Amino acid sequence: MQPRTMFEKIWDAHLVREEAGEPSLIYVDLHLVHEVTSPQAYEGLRLAGRKVRRPDLTIATVDHNVPTTDRSLPIEDPISKQQIETLAQNTKDFGITYYDMHDENQGIVHVIGPQLGHTQPGKVIVCGDSHTATHGAFGAFALGIGTSEVEHVLATQTLRQFKPKTMEVRVNGELPPGVTAKDIILGIIGKIGTSGGAGYVIEYTGEAIRALPMEGRMTVCNMSIEGGARAGMIAPDETTFEWLRGRKFVPQGEEYDEAIERWKELATDEGAEYDVVVELDASELRPHVTWGTNPEQVVTIDDSVPNPAELPADKREAAERALAYMGLEAGTSIKDIEIDRVFIGSCTNSRLADLRAAADMVRGRQVHPNVNAMVVPGSALVKWQAEKEGLDAVFTEAGFEWRAAGCSMCLGMNPDILMPQERCASTSNRNFEGRQGKDGRTHLVSPQMAAAAAIAGRFVDIREWEATPA
Amino acid sequence: MEKFISHTGAAAPMDRSNVDTDSIIPKQFLKRVERTGYGPFLFFDWRYTPDGGENPEFVLNKPGYREATILVAGPNFGSGSSREHAPWALQQFGFQAVISSTFADIFYNNCFENGLLPVQLPEEVVRQILDRIRPGYELTVDLEKQLVYDREGFEAYFEIDPFRKHCLLNGLDSIGLTMQHENDIAAFEERAGLEPVAS
Repeated sequence: MQPRTMFEKIWDAHLVREEAGEPSLIYVDLHLVHEVTSPQAYEGLRLAGRKVRRPDLTIATVDHNVPTTDRSLPIEDPISKQQIETLAQNTKDFGITYYDMHDENQGIVHVIGPQLGHTQPGKVIVCGDSHTATHGAFGAFALGIGTSEVEHVLATQTLRQFKPKTMEVRVNGELPPGVTAKDIILGIIGKIGTSGGAGYVIEYTGEAIRALPMEGRMTVCNMSIEGGARAGMIAPDETTFEWLRGRKFVPQGEEYDEAIERWKELATDEGAEYDVVVELDASELRPHVTWGTNPEQVVTIDDSVPNPAELPADKREAAERALAYMGLEAGTSIKDIEIDRVFIGSCTNSRLADLRAAADMVRGRQVHPNVNAMVVPGSALVKWQAEKEGLDAVFTEAGFEWRAAGCSMCLGMNPDILMPQERCASTSNRNFEGRQGKDGRTHLVSPQMAAAAAIAGRFVDIREWEATPA
Repeated sequence: MEKFISHTGAAAPMDRSNVDTDSIIPKQFLKRVERTGYGPFLFFDWRYTPDGGENPEFVLNKPGYREATILVAGPNFGSGSSREHAPWALQQFGFQAVISSTFADIFYNNCFENGLLPVQLPEEVVRQILDRIRPGYELTVDLEKQLVYDREGFEAYFEIDPFRKHCLLNGLDSIGLTMQHENDIAAFEERAGLEPVAS
């Protein structure tokens, strides 16, 4: 048999129907549903008198719109409240497992899928959310879809897809201390651009990727969409198998060992060819900070805000617009940029390992008096585990707010938003205009950078920061 | 779904790259559970001033562009979030086609699901159109012939996947098409060892 990439193996194993000149029908193993992109899909099913084909392969939770403050209180925003109640009703009517706002399994869909073991190597996973690529960290083909496709998957458990091309992003070498998975993916996006991955599924390979823990791999895959890619994936290995072992919905005992043997077959075959290969040297990476209004507008902590006149012609106008929006002068040293807010959270960086790394930067220190900082764990379970380790106390004693799980200020659908002109060091994934609040200014960084910036009131070189582990 | 065959209407320029779906329809409008009513919120942060009035500088508030039905935009249009509210808002404002040199994947697909035609042309051709646009300037987008043209001699051929074209020309609904292959889906489920679906 001809050597195949991991993506091709998963694609071939899920082909329901293939016809020349038409999109293929691909079977979906796991459909994650949340409150924002699903109500119109259920409405469509009702209008057409259709059922959900596989409630057993569908999981729903609330994350985008839920308050992260005291959940025993009623939701103040009547429209948010209605959307959340609509999901509760829809999942009840169609017989779908639903983790509500008070459930111990609630959380950001891309945090709870892996955490519960719903996410597994070799699966095709979809969700009406562009950051679904996160699950690709386990060697799954995971992609974000629109609401019409959500309805299509609910009705048929399949997805119509034109077969994407493959791109290998090989990250060679070893990551220097103080440089994180977030810096790898920001470095990649800086290199390929916001549409460099359009039409491709990216497979991340190389020593630096293999050395990452699962949380770091999820951070990398999560932001594949920010490079325009349809999905991102990483071949499963011992790190993957050990991370998933014993989780609630993975096979248990001997069956798990058998599953591992199958999953080992997924890795790209020797000699298989990708359509494009991009290489990066991890040892040359430094801590990254975005300066503009899309994730490719990024530099490292040693740099200054670029001068649009010195950028390639096709990037100049966007850079000028971004600087005006961000309230930044060309030539300003990144380390001189003062911040007002810090957000540690989102499906990119809200897992236990992220919170531990951030806590190590702040333990025994105080948040800068000009800064308002918050930590929003990615799931109820992450919150509980962090509290068991005393991380909540580390953050609150330093002056951070400690919140309940949800998407929160990554997109500000709930009350957690930036005020106009407020400048935020954020561990999220998008620095778009207005993303975190109208006229709010977002700088994307790693959890370590965000935590140190909260203390210093400005961006610092975290390679020189004295961490204070417990 | 509505058919799209050919459309002639006023064009509006959006001469900037990376117009993301957060800008097309900001998050506060995603709380709604309806599929309609998004037109007034299109490009909300650009279109209105903080006091709720219209921003006279914004292109779609200018005479000659207010009634535009074809949007001509810079590269990487529709990047970011998968929210289908973005094509809904464009369509419900009155747009029937969007022209750009590159579209983000999910947005591109979402357009076809709703009968909003995304027309992809080389960047220099999009630039030619942007240079020609003035208030009241009309374009025709002919899907059948795969042509964009005006009355002044400009004409450009665009590529489109034949299957997507066929679906738009005939207003075909994806779910309806897939349901015709229910047997293939059931056969796959049997091979995969899944419990059969109760009928």
